[in-house]
Parts: sequence; C-alpha cells; structure tokens
Amino acid sequence: MSADTPLIGDHTMPETAPLTDARIGVVTFPGTLDDRDAARAVRLGGGTPVSLWHADDSLHEVDAVILPGGFSYGDYLRAGAIARFAPVMNTIIVEAEATTASPLPVLGICNGFQILTEAHLLPGSMIKNDHLKFICRDQVLRVENTGTAWTSQFTQDELITVPMKNQDGQYVVDDATLSTLEDQGRVVFRYVGESPNGSRNDIAGVTNERGNVVGLMPHPEHAVEAGYGPNDATGLREGTDGLTIFTSVVSSLTGGNA
Amino acid sequence: MPTILVEVMPKPEILDPQGKAIANALPHRGFTGFSGVRQGKRFELSVDGEVTEELLESARTAAAEMLSNPVIEDVVSVTVAEDL
Amino acid sequence: MNDFNIDTVTNAADTPETELPWAELGLKQDEYARILEILGRRPTAAELAMYSVMWSEHCSYKSSKVHLRQFGEKVTEEMQKDLMVGIGENAGVTDLGDGWAVTFKIESHNHPSYVEPYQGAATGIGGIVRDIISMGARPVGVMDPLRFGDIDHPDTQRVLPGVVAGIGGYGNSLGLPNVGGEVVFDSVYQQNPLVNALAVGVLKHEDLRLANASGVGNKVVLFGARTGGDGIGGASVLASESFDDTKPSKRPAVQVGDPFAEKVLIECCLELFHNNLVEGIQDLGAAGISCATSELASNGEGGMHVELTNVLLRDPSLTPGEILMSESQERMMAVVTPENAANFEAVMDKWGVEHSWLGEVTDTGRLIIEWDGDTIVDVDPRTVAHDGPVYDRPYHRPEWQDRLQTDTFRSSAAGGDLPASAEDLGQAVVELMSSPNMADKSWVTDQFDRFVGGNTALSQPDDAGVIRVDDRTGLGIGLATDCNDRYAYLDPYRGAQLALAESYRNVATAGAVPLAVSDCLNFGSPEDPDIMWQFAEAVRGLADACMELGIPVTGGNVSLYNQTAGRAIHPTPVVGVLGKFDDVSRRTPSGFQRWADGQAIYLLGTTRDELDGSEYARMRGHLGGQPPAVDLIAEKTLGEILINASRDGMIDAAHDLSEGGLAAALAEMSLRFGVGSRTSLHELCERDGVDPFTALFSESQARVLVSLPRSEELRFTDMTTARGFPALRLGVVDAESGGIEVAGAFQDGSFGIGLDELKEAWSSVIPSRFGGAAA
Repeated sequence: MSADTPLIGDHTMPETAPLTDARIGVVTFPGTLDDRDAARAVRLGGGTPVSLWHADDSLHEVDAVILPGGFSYGDYLRAGAIARFAPVMNTIIVEAEATTASPLPVLGICNGFQILTEAHLLPGSMIKNDHLKFICRDQVLRVENTGTAWTSQFTQDELITVPMKNQDGQYVVDDATLSTLEDQGRVVFRYVGESPNGSRNDIAGVTNERGNVVGLMPHPEHAVEAGYGPNDATGLREGTDGLTIFTSVVSSLTGGNA
Repeated sequence: MPTILVEVMPKPEILDPQGKAIANALPHRGFTGFSGVRQGKRFELSVDGEVTEELLESARTAAAEMLSNPVIEDVVSVTVAEDL
Repeated sequence: MNDFNIDTVTNAADTPETELPWAELGLKQDEYARILEILGRRPTAAELAMYSVMWSEHCSYKSSKVHLRQFGEKVTEEMQKDLMVGIGENAGVTDLGDGWAVTFKIESHNHPSYVEPYQGAATGIGGIVRDIISMGARPVGVMDPLRFGDIDHPDTQRVLPGVVAGIGGYGNSLGLPNVGGEVVFDSVYQQNPLVNALAVGVLKHEDLRLANASGVGNKVVLFGARTGGDGIGGASVLASESFDDTKPSKRPAVQVGDPFAEKVLIECCLELFHNNLVEGIQDLGAAGISCATSELASNGEGGMHVELTNVLLRDPSLTPGEILMSESQERMMAVVTPENAANFEAVMDKWGVEHSWLGEVTDTGRLIIEWDGDTIVDVDPRTVAHDGPVYDRPYHRPEWQDRLQTDTFRSSAAGGDLPASAEDLGQAVVELMSSPNMADKSWVTDQFDRFVGGNTALSQPDDAGVIRVDDRTGLGIGLATDCNDRYAYLDPYRGAQLALAESYRNVATAGAVPLAVSDCLNFGSPEDPDIMWQFAEAVRGLADACMELGIPVTGGNVSLYNQTAGRAIHPTPVVGVLGKFDDVSRRTPSGFQRWADGQAIYLLGTTRDELDGSEYARMRGHLGGQPPAVDLIAEKTLGEILINASRDGMIDAAHDLSEGGLAAALAEMSLRFGVGSRTSLHELCERDGVDPFTALFSESQARVLVSLPRSEELRFTDMTTARGFPALRLGVVDAESGGIEVAGAFQDGSFGIGLDELKEAWSSVIPSRFGGAAA
C-alpha cells in the first residue's frame, strides 16, 4: 500500500481519497517533528489522518487525536510545558475527560506523552535520561495492557520492537501514584532488557483510568512500514510492530470492522 | 528596571540526573568536600515600572502553574530585585 | 536611537585623513588600497565592515578561487544534463526526475567547534540547513564527517562529546534524520578538529528559488531571529586566521544556535515557497546582512536601498557596522512583491516569526544603506560580493614529499615482522577492529535521530545513507562522504581522487546511480607554499576525476588555516557523492542478513600489495610511501555491476573495501547483524599473487564484497565476466557458527574469530573513553 505522505504540503488526506469511518487528528505545534510520520501511520493503519493546528481550538470532528513527537516550543521551559497551553489542548483536555460513554481516544508519543503529563491527563512526568544523552535505538517493549483503545489488537505481554529517540525520557512518578498505576494495570508498555533511561519500574507508557488516553516514549509511528522501521528478525529495517497501535484504534472506532 | 526572580528546583525526592553528574565530576577536578549537587532554574521576569503586589501575585501564579511542574519541581522563591 | 557617532558617506568624503582599523579587521594594505580606489574616497565604518567580512578568505575564497575554477571548466555537456543550478549559488541543484530535484552541500565549522564544541557544531548544522532552505527545498537529511585528535588526548576528550551533543541537540530538533558521516581520530587534528556538515534537501522544480533581488520596487524583508552581537568579526577573523599563541586572542563570542527557531523557519519558508510569495531568498550566514544584501543586489537588478534602523535588534547597543557583520543565526532575507506583502506577513504571523521590512530593490546599480535617513553605505554591490581580491598564491612541492613517498611500509621497521601464521593473523584482525578508527561508532551515531521522517532506508553504519523522496514511487537518494587524509598527505592529487572514488563506490554499493559531488576542502595555511601545493594538487585531482567519472561538483566549501603553531592538519578533501534510486526499496544493506545462511560471498576487484598509508600501517605507527593506485574506469565498471545487481535483486548484501581492507570488510559485514562467514583466501592469493597478510590488509581500491543467493550466482558471474571485472567466490555466509572463519594458504590451518569476542572488542573502544554506552 502506498503511504503517500508528501514531503511538501499539507498531510491531511485529500478529499477525493476514500474515507474510512475513523478520522484521526494529528496535532502540529511549532517544533513538532513527527507529524508526517504519525499521519502516514494512521493511513497505513486504515484511518484518515486530519491535520490539526495548535492555535485552532476546533478538533474538526475527528474521532481520535495523536500528539506526535518533536520538541514543541524547543522544550525550552520543560518538555511539553508550553504546548500544553495551546488552544487545541484546551479542547482535547475537555473531550478526553468527558464523562460520556466514549471519551476521545488520545495518544501521546514522546513529546506528545510529555505534553499529556504536563496537561495532567496522564500521571507522572519526564526528566532527562539518567545518562544525560540523547539516545536513538531499536527498543523492545512488552505490551501489558490490551484494554485501551490504542492497544486492543495486541496480545497480552506481547513483545514488540519500535524505535526510541529522546533526551528527556526518564519517567518519574511518586510512590503512591506508582502503586496505583501498577495495581490498576495502567502500565501499558514496559521496557524489556537494559533500561534505556532509568524510568521508574521500566515504564515506557501509561494510560489514564478510563483507558482512552495513552502516552508512550518510544515511537510506534516509525515502525509501520517495512524497509523504514527498526531491524527485526527478518532483516534490515523490516520491523512493523508499531502498526498495531494504529490498526487498534481504527478498529475500536469502527466497531471492529476496519 | 526591577526584576522578579523566580527560582525553581527539582523536588528533593526526584532524581536530578544533571546534579548527579556534576556531583560526580567535582572531585575529579579537585573540588572535594561537597556531598551533593542539585541543579535548578532561575527565571528573571523584567518589569517596566513598579512591581505591585498584584503583579507579584501574578508572578507567583505563573511560577506555580507554568514555570514549574508540580509533579517534579518546587518553586522555592519569588522575590524582587531592584537593579540587576 | 543610539547615541554613537554615525560615520556617513558625506562625513567620509569630508574627512579623508581619518584612520580606520582595516588591519584589525583582517584586511591587507593592498586590499585596503583597492577599497579606496573603488570608492574614490575612504570607506565609512559600515562600508569597511562590509568589505572586510566579504573579502575575508572565508567569504571570498580569495586564495582558492583560481584553483576552484577547474570544477566549472573540466566538465562535459553530458555531466551537466541533470544540473539545474551549478556552483556559485547557495547549493547546487540536480534534477531527480518526476518533477523532483535535489540539492546538497557540505560545509565546515571547524574553528568555531574547537572554541565552543557544542555551539560550534550546532550552528554548523544550522548554517548548512539554511543553505538548503534558501534553494526552495525541504531539508530531508544531514551527515557529519568529523575528525578529532588522538582518541586519548585531553583535547579530544573536551571537543568530541560537545561536538556530538551539539550536532544531536540541533539536528534532532529540526526533524532531520542523520544518515551517516565519518568519525576519524588522528593526532594531526589536535587543536584543529574538523567538523564538517552535509545537508540534503528536495524540491519540486517549480519551487526552485535563487538568491537574487529582481523586480524594481520589490520589497526586501529580514525575518527569523533578531540580530545580536553573535560572532561579530567571526567571518573574517575567526574562520580565516590560524590560532597562534603569540598573537592576542581574536576569538569573539561564538554564535549560539536556536534549533526551535530554525525548525519554525523551515516550515515557514516552505509555506512561503508553496504559496509563491518570495521572488528571491538568501540565508544569513557568515557576514550576515553584509553578505545577504550585497549578494542579493548584485545577482538581481543591481540595486538595493535599505534602512538599517529597521533591523530588529536583540542588543540595542550594536553599531551599524556590527549589525552589518553580525552572524546571529536563524535569519533569512527575502525579496517580496508589494502585492504579496500582506500574504507574506500572514505566513509570518501563523508561524510566530518576526520580520522587518528593510527597503526595496532599485535599478541604480548601487547598494545604499541608510541609518535613520543618513547614507552610511553607498557601493556597487558587485565590488563587495564578487570583485574581492583574488590571489594566485605561490606553491611548490614540499621538499620532504619525495622522502615521504620513498619511506614505504614494507621498507620500514614497522613492516619488518608481519604476521603470517593463522593465529597471528586472526589476532591482527581483532586488533585492527578495536583500533579507534575501525571501532564501532554507535556511541556517536546513537545520539542522532535516524528515523524521523519515516523515509530513511539506510543509515550508518551502512555504506551510504539512503532516503526516500517520493513515497508513491520509491524515488530516492543515496549519499556518502569520504576522505582518507593519510592518502592525501602521501599524495594530495591521488588522495583527492581516492576520496571521490570511495564516496562514489559507497553510493553505488548501496545501489544508487552517482549523480553529483559536493566537497569540503580542509587544509592548512594557504600562505605556506607547501600547503598551497597540497591544495592545488587536491583540486586538480578531484576535478580530473570528476570529469573521468562523469559527475559534476555542484558546490562545496573551502576551509583554510587549519593549523596551530605552524603544525597543519593533513590535507583533508572530504568528498560527498549523491546518487539516485528509482526505488529505494532496492537498496543493498552492508551486512550479511540473518536469513542469508549459506549465501555465496564474492570479492569483486583485484588485490595488490598496497599497504602504504593503510590502517594496518597506522596501527604500527607508520605513514609513508604511495597511496593505493586509482583506477576510475574500474570504479565505474564496479559501480555499474553493483547498481544492476541491486536493481535486479541479485545480491542481498554489499560492502566496499576501504580502510582495513578485506579484513575489515569481512568483520563489518558480520558485525552488522551478527551473522558469521566461512571463507578461504587460497584462490585469491594464487590469482593475485599476494600473501595472506596482504590479502587481508591491503587497501587496493575498486573492491567490494557481496553476498548473494546461490540461485543468483550464475546470473551474477555472467554479468561480471561480460564486463571483464574480476569476481572470486571466497566462501559462504554462516548464520549458525557465530564466528568468522578464514582458511587457506597460511603456514598453519585456518583462524576463527568468535563474533561475541570481536563485538566486545570493537564496541567498547569509544564508550571506554567517553563514558558508558548510552544504555
């Protein structure tokens, strides 16, 4: 399948393209880097990506939202700290915390995860990696919660490999919250093998109580297309384990018919 | 021109990787006798004119809600400096 | 308004006797005399600032110009058929087909990176990326050829971590995958590290922009970051003079980069191009506004009128001359029609980018700069931008060159007692792979994002970086940079050709068709006739070789004065080659694949006794003799074989033989995915008349190792035979053994190296020096 993510121009799918029932917004903040990758992943996962702009408080009737990776506002204050106050975030916070039967599914990847913690949609926070360096590598994760909108198509404790790349990736959280997270099974992804950054309990991703908001530091959107992903057992850059995140949400949104 | 100084430190219970790295490096350069280092941030908010109590309160709110993240950081002081 | 005295043109005419600090600004007596002659009066302070920065070595190429001409002269029509923009613009542009074009360039940021490694390296990335944007392109990747002093020297300990963090800190924040480069250690780079940066961008043909101010009445706008006191004088002083302890320090504040501002600038510029809102555009790099105004004006209608007080300042105490010289980063200058001005402003507002309208394009042939209504610059812009001094500096072959070339490795003490037994040879391979230059560089490259964009098909440690451009068709590019400074020191003419040959071979090994060349020529002082000879020879060699390979130089950079206290670096002509893939999914990786057990391993090319300047010789502390022979016809044939093999899906791995020869290539192909091999040197030694030591460690050129399924062997060897190119079956891929086994023609049996042992030795070298591996 052709991904067709233009290097130049808008990454919203053209109106002539066949639409699925799953319209997934991808937010661009100043300094966002992985918005095109996230849009491509949505498309490869069978959804329709819709470009959302930080300064626009409308979600344009999307069914789910992805906050992609990058360095929003340079991460100069704290990672994600300024983006959290963008107009689009006000709407996302309201929709994600709605007490309706199906609150808005939101996925924060890397900087997006940091924004979600700054917005208090997810607990904890991210500080500098314990080794103080930026690290880019293929990372093995264990999927420990398949009850979220974003992980429904994984099997429990499935091991996946996706790229990770960050400088502020060390997940910290107070003891009480950590126990709650563990007790309630809200650790969605955990690092396998040597810790890449010193995160508490090797946590790579967590979800909120309702399971609609998920954040993770590694990058599933960089593991969706053979030839451009992480290395896997079959060879160079063939890994596509991240795609299941995107097919999961499309499936959740379309009632399992995608 | 007066300036409002806001100082933010990582919470004592939160690991401070930068402070730790500096603490490890000090003895290598012959600076011994320091048992720990923590690295924080200082913000300088410049003010044209007088610092009113209202403005100072606004600075305190900004410090608590934006300049720091209460999950990992404490605002340790908000003060006024006259001539920087 | 500022309260300093403004030196106006009127004032300059009235006070001819005023002494100006032209010498302090780096101008020579005769250069200053020329300025007086051009203007017919003394320059104003602002004019002096402009001439001094623009006539510096860094901006004017005054010592190198007479030689660089060859890149424009030694070309054929065939070589230029895909060239849309050649040398002279910010970066050359090459047609890629399907309406796409590609632009790439390498630049140096050597001295600034020595002074402040983090910011020096960071702003090096920033500068080269703005060159790419200013052609109308979206930047899609970066690469970094880096050279440091001895790995254990304190200087390297200080410089390397900062440089690596700076490249990562800036490049990672821009969303540009870092797809390759080099890391070389040699004591000649102590105090003169080389931090070169390559950026590549792609554009649709209709988005091509040039740096010219056309259309009388069009408006000139400066946008991006505010102007501060960064690197004032850096262009003329910092980048052009050697560091010399006897002179007072001339190291001004280095520029500080803001990658967030640059990322926003990229997106903002692309939106301007997409909506066709700018007529001409120029990035602000060395020499800042001096360079942008004089180049835009002289490339356009010839005139421009600017009010300098409109420049938005970060530091209000800057003088007009300092504003003109400031090297504040993340700034661009554009020419916009009055009709588009409102739309231009809307794009600025959308991205939160500050801008200020400075003036307009005129047809007066003069660049007039005013300060609050008073004229402080009134010059013919060509005299600033293009008519700088040109020096044909004296050069001659160093008297020590012959002595160096007769001191061969074989004749030296180091070459006396060479390993011959299987055991000793096996040990030598492990020793080679754990020497700093051959060791695993992932401690460095894992600090760079190689995934962002989702289009990276190959990155380090593969032979070339490969990036997809169009994801409907798979159209893409391959890129490599190379230089062996030791070869260039032994023979600069041949050394430059060898750099090109290796870069060309790397691109072809990955499967791309080589299209264009960009070079970064790093040398010592041009005022030393020995060094100038090295430079002249390297340029001549490179231009001749480009002509023979049929690919043009489309741009590049010269960095001179890389020497300290009279000790110059080796001549280091870094050569980048860009190639094209019709479909990047056809790219060939550099390692044996995990599923490739039993595949045949072939060595392409001929092995000669060529150990002078080799990594083995370096390990034994020897540098002398003649570098390997250059055979560009063989390189071309080899390239065709590899490109066809990739396109037709015949081979599953390919890796070129360069530093460390066959030994290194075998080791690297196994280390890539942890897949071993069993080979024999017996036939190779017999066919090429070499001993096993030479077979393993010679650095003969035009050689590549490939692995292919047995079902493809016949088709493949038919192709090599038809082209008359030597191909020899060395052995097989062994995915089970977990080791590298090499047999044949030794005094005793064969040797085996466990991959775990080799990997440990190879991968611990750099972390052990620079702090534990990232994880």
